[in-house]
Amino acid sequence: MDIFNNIVTEFANKIFQALIKEDRFIYILKGLRMSIGITLAAAFFGILLGLLVAICKLRGKGILAAIANGYITVIRGTPTVVQLTVIYFVILARSGLPNYIVASIAFSINSGAYVAEIIRAGITAVDRGQMEAGRSLGLSYTHTMRYIIIPQALKNVLPALGNEFIVLLKETSVAGYIGIPDLNKGGIQIATLTYDYMVTALCVAYLYLLMTTTMASGLDQLERRLHRSD
Amino acid sequence: MIEVKNLHKYFGELEVLKGIDASIAKGEVVCVIGPSGSGKSTFLRCLNLLEEPTKGEVILDGVSVTEHKKDIDKLRQKAGMVFQQFNLFPNLTVIENIMLAPRKVLRLSEPDARTRAEELLARVNLAEKADQYPSRLSGGQKQRVAIARALAMNPQVMLFDEPTSALDPEMVGEVLEVMKDLAKSGMTMIVVTHEMGFAREVADRILYMDEGIIYEEGTPEQIFQNPQKSRTREFLSKVL
Repeated sequence: MDIFNNIVTEFANKIFQALIKEDRFIYILKGLRMSIGITLAAAFFGILLGLLVAICKLRGKGILAAIANGYITVIRGTPTVVQLTVIYFVILARSGLPNYIVASIAFSINSGAYVAEIIRAGITAVDRGQMEAGRSLGLSYTHTMRYIIIPQALKNVLPALGNEFIVLLKETSVAGYIGIPDLNKGGIQIATLTYDYMVTALCVAYLYLLMTTTMASGLDQLERRLHRSD
Repeated sequence: MIEVKNLHKYFGELEVLKGIDASIAKGEVVCVIGPSGSGKSTFLRCLNLLEEPTKGEVILDGVSVTEHKKDIDKLRQKAGMVFQQFNLFPNLTVIENIMLAPRKVLRLSEPDARTRAEELLARVNLAEKADQYPSRLSGGQKQRVAIARALAMNPQVMLFDEPTSALDPEMVGEVLEVMKDLAKSGMTMIVVTHEMGFAREVADRILYMDEGIIYEEGTPEQIFQNPQKSRTREFLSKVL
């Protein structure tokens, strides 16, 4: 019984040290907010960028398609953390932007490349007749894309997009490399005060898991709603 | 209404249309028949530039379509098209399918577009399906919606690309009925079809296409009862 009591006491003490003493949980909460903020921004701009790049690539000719291809090659071919470092310390080094803005930009650019390929696949999978029907009614290419093709494409690729955003959320955990106090960094900051990683690491892991499972179930519901027209 | 001059179309090396000349008058119903691969669908699709002609001219309502490719969206409004595979928009309900182009292209207000769509749905006997998604409809119903959708743009001419070929046999009749009514109302129609009964009954003129040209043309009586050329006779003996 004594051993059991000791373990409980020690564990309680560790929790106290890591989270409660001097309101250290604030590091975690602020980190959580930062991680969510960067993920939402990057997901939003990543979709916009991805759509644009996908359409450039699909229209197939000339300089825009070449740029789109180059962009996708570079982003898919280098690690996220290296992209973040290059953008922060080289490309936007003199921009004077706060680091979390730079991180949002970097992760948007990163996610955009993956989203572009996903959306391109989705658009290609929509039956050719849909574009023909739209155009035959006098709708412009842009209108047909916007009201007919892209809604169907997004619906088809929603699982893949959801996956990409879950990956994105997890990838933002490298934001600490450029000094951003995100969730992962928050845990590390506490650990450097307490010399103990156990509680914070588990706590951080749990929070990531909680967020990704929430996203997954949200996407599930969205998918079910979009499939009502089937 | 439609003038076609020396129309040629290549797909790569393959010459599908080898010089087509045709003239279709306002209110005329023209059926295009012929064996598979003879270029019937390609011919039809060249009329609204879904396929770009390699050579030649298409004049729609006095305007050269081939010379005004920039205004193609405007010109396409004059030519409604009905496809073999219906091509309804699965992400929109039946009434939204019909309302989309009038709203976005003609800039009709929502109530105006809805009123027009409801009238057209009633005309094809599908008023009660307005709020269904296309996936809930039978093939025949889908094709009737597709016809209503094309009519919503008030086209001057309707192009039908084998409108009953993808239908189960028992649904062919309901679509042909709608097309007959349309013909009676004075609509100019060009119908690529394998429905010889329909062609004989409704068409003012038959174009028999073979080998990438209009091989023989005439009234239904001339073509069906007294074809002049051997290939025409051969084809008709197979399908009649």
